[in-house]
Amino acid sequence: MSARIWTMPGGVHPPAHKQASTRRPIAEAALPARLIIPVQQHVGNPATPVVAIGEYVLKGQRLAEAQGFVSVPVHASTSGTVVDIGRYPTDHPSQIDSLCIVLAPDGRDEWLPHEGLADWRQADPVELIERVRAAGVAGLGGAGFPTAAKLTAEHETRIDTVVINGMECEPYITADDMQMRERAHEIIEGTRIIQHILRAPTALVGIEDNKPEAIRAMQRAADGTDVAIRVAPTKYPSGAARQTVYILTGREVPNWGHTIDVGVFCCNTGTAAAVYRAIVHGEPLISRITTVSGAGVREPRNLDVRIGTPVGDLIRQCGGDPAQLSRLILGGPMMGVTLHEATIPVTKLTNCLIAATAQDFPPPPPEQPCIRCGACSEACPVALLPQQLLWFAKAGEFEKAEKHHLRACIECGACAYVCPSNIPLVQYYRHAKGELRAQAEEKAKAEASKQRFEARQTRLTQDEAEREVKRQARLAAAQAHARSTANDTASAMPTPPSDTKSLTIAAAMARVGLKKAEKALAVAVEANEPTDALVTEVERLKAEVAKIEAELLNAASGVKTGGAEPKGAEPA
Amino acid sequence: MSLITVTSPHTVQPGNTGRFMRLVIYATLPGLLALTWCFGWGSLINVLWCSALAVATEAACLRARGRDLRFFLGDCSAWVTGLLLGLALPPFAPWWLSALGTVFAIAVGKQLYGGLGMNPFNPAMVAYALLLVSFPVPMTQWAAPTAGGGVPGLSDSLAIIFGGLSIDGRTMATPLDTFRQFAGTEALDALLARPMFEPLGGARIGQGWAWVNLGFLAGGLFLLARRVISWHIPVAMLTALGGLATVFWLIDPSRYASPLLHLLSGATMLCAFFIATDPVTAAASRPGRLLFGAGIGVLLYIIRTFGAYPDAVAFAVLLMNLAAPTIDTYLQPRTWGESVPAKRRAP
Repeated sequence: MSARIWTMPGGVHPPAHKQASTRRPIAEAALPARLIIPVQQHVGNPATPVVAIGEYVLKGQRLAEAQGFVSVPVHASTSGTVVDIGRYPTDHPSQIDSLCIVLAPDGRDEWLPHEGLADWRQADPVELIERVRAAGVAGLGGAGFPTAAKLTAEHETRIDTVVINGMECEPYITADDMQMRERAHEIIEGTRIIQHILRAPTALVGIEDNKPEAIRAMQRAADGTDVAIRVAPTKYPSGAARQTVYILTGREVPNWGHTIDVGVFCCNTGTAAAVYRAIVHGEPLISRITTVSGAGVREPRNLDVRIGTPVGDLIRQCGGDPAQLSRLILGGPMMGVTLHEATIPVTKLTNCLIAATAQDFPPPPPEQPCIRCGACSEACPVALLPQQLLWFAKAGEFEKAEKHHLRACIECGACAYVCPSNIPLVQYYRHAKGELRAQAEEKAKAEASKQRFEARQTRLTQDEAEREVKRQARLAAAQAHARSTANDTASAMPTPPSDTKSLTIAAAMARVGLKKAEKALAVAVEANEPTDALVTEVERLKAEVAKIEAELLNAASGVKTGGAEPKGAEPA
Repeated sequence: MSLITVTSPHTVQPGNTGRFMRLVIYATLPGLLALTWCFGWGSLINVLWCSALAVATEAACLRARGRDLRFFLGDCSAWVTGLLLGLALPPFAPWWLSALGTVFAIAVGKQLYGGLGMNPFNPAMVAYALLLVSFPVPMTQWAAPTAGGGVPGLSDSLAIIFGGLSIDGRTMATPLDTFRQFAGTEALDALLARPMFEPLGGARIGQGWAWVNLGFLAGGLFLLARRVISWHIPVAMLTALGGLATVFWLIDPSRYASPLLHLLSGATMLCAFFIATDPVTAAASRPGRLLFGAGIGVLLYIIRTFGAYPDAVAFAVLLMNLAAPTIDTYLQPRTWGESVPAKRRAP
């Protein structure tokens, strides 16, 4: 296995601003008066609360249950009482309040009894994945994809490489850096557990060369294991998953897929540590390391924060005043989002808080016309032509933008960072992407309506045909009956009219049964429940209906052919 | 203080368009000095006159369009246009000629299209083409190279440009023009022996012109070093021009000028580093820029050698400006992750 490092296209070198928050060791964040725990901190379905207001919960107790495959549960970050379940401001990009469970800590911080697996090497991967799922682990690097789902996801390519992403290329953020310095063992063990689950022969940890202390600590911890530490040149955005995977393995992740499609499982160092804690200590993910930095705090540092702690508390703990800030950035300056309230809680994905003042983050300079200088396309890590995309986005030519691979844009902001005309390029791309999404939804809706209409037409035609068959049967039966009463004594014809009648009734009942079964099946499909039994049942009923109808037809035609009346059933 | 909510990125590299343009202006200085040294004060006067007029025209247009004067004049792009036109015009072009060109460049070539970034053609070259077609005589009267001595003094130069003082006897056709007129004739050898052509490395090149071109080359290298321009267009253009010239020259040196004459005469280097590289009117992608530059080089050679004009920069650049959108459409670079074999393409 070569230790080769590949070079990604583009990239920029913004000032790092990382020193400020690495001077102090990781400290525990103070217990807040209220913990506001969102039920959705991950990609996928929100979890459903399983506690009631007024209920006393222990630290690590499940507060909300995962819903479906792509979802994770949420746990209590400390012991205390549930005081509210309602909508609160969170880091939702559209500033929409989200469902949160509010916990009033009792200060005892009492754990729910839990135990880990000391010897995970003997454990079945399925059991380990179940433990990761139950611990509520989701990608801590910022994507928030449920880790257990990623570990189980079906894919055509076998995963042969685990890539642990310790690049941390965004300025200001040092949470992974400090975790690697102080808790390298947890990360390496977590990596080995993931390697064991996936039976992947190779495990690589990528770290940018501006973190020499983290590199040393990780190398020490990885000594004697299968985990290799790879040092990559510092360049933003080398920490984006696709870029990291390319830098470490030379495998180019296709636009249409994920890192898994090139046989790589990629997650953040924090996620690996969370997997370790979940397996070895049986602890759910209830805290994470968050960098608090920026000119708005006197003591920038990293804090081990309970999920649900309001960001304002962290800023005050680091010597800042939320009321004095010009903006509050969650994440880094290149891709972070701005918060509108200091009461917004830390989630599983909160890697950094920048308490910004107008001095270090002045308002953006005014936008000048694009002169197509091409600085943006030199900086683009996906080798797009941002200047062309801007033109299309501005002109409303979204299809053209799509043809120029707008979808491949990872919104890293490198183009807008280097733009000499100070054009907020990423904003234009987000707008264009939103428009394209809306257009696609519109199209899907129209397609669905068309299908519904066509299905209805087919159904009406079928119903009509069925009614016709029944009508014919009734007619034939009536004729047969009339005849049999007329020839009651004269003829010994074996036509049993009551038989036809009972067959008709039987057919109707079988059809009702079939309809019911079909409905039950549809409901089951919608609710993602097992459908095998229902499918068999529907098949059986269908066969029965067909059988009875065939008999009915036979009976009717038997009557017709056997009958003396020339006026038989008219052709339908 | 309330928290402002904006989208990422929250930080930008310091700098603006004006800084780019100012670097371009500085980079023309060696070429301008060489022009002034070899052909007299005319070029310097032209440059100042055109630049001032360009900024004034831009201001007038911006006012008429109701735009913020300070903000849009701050990008210095009008100054660059005036400067480039001033450098391209014959040194003793009469004031009205350069004035007409400058006003046309800014008002029609740029502002009518919507200002900076919106014009499909290089404004300076639009104006140059207009003047060349409308006033061929003054546009082809180039000052005789004198390299320091014998040029008209400053007051004489001002009198020639603004006072209508005749410059008869002080002008001559450029070496490229001379070569083209007499190519393939018996007279060519005698002409090449004249002081107008000086020997350089076994070939004969235009007197004074080599310095001018080397001056612009130096400025161009400065722009490359400061990453104001990328190497693709100049390298492609010079390679195409030099390559074609070499092929034809090897075939028949008495009919076709040497590659050195092509590379170091006329506006070759000015075009390669200052005109063809105007990003607004060039192709966008790297492969597109290579094709764009090569196209200018080929057209330059064809028009110079087989066309009716002494130099061809304006026409070659305008034709390729016309082709740039098409090049951009059909010559897109491969996006990263684009043509990876799709085993399971998303619906």
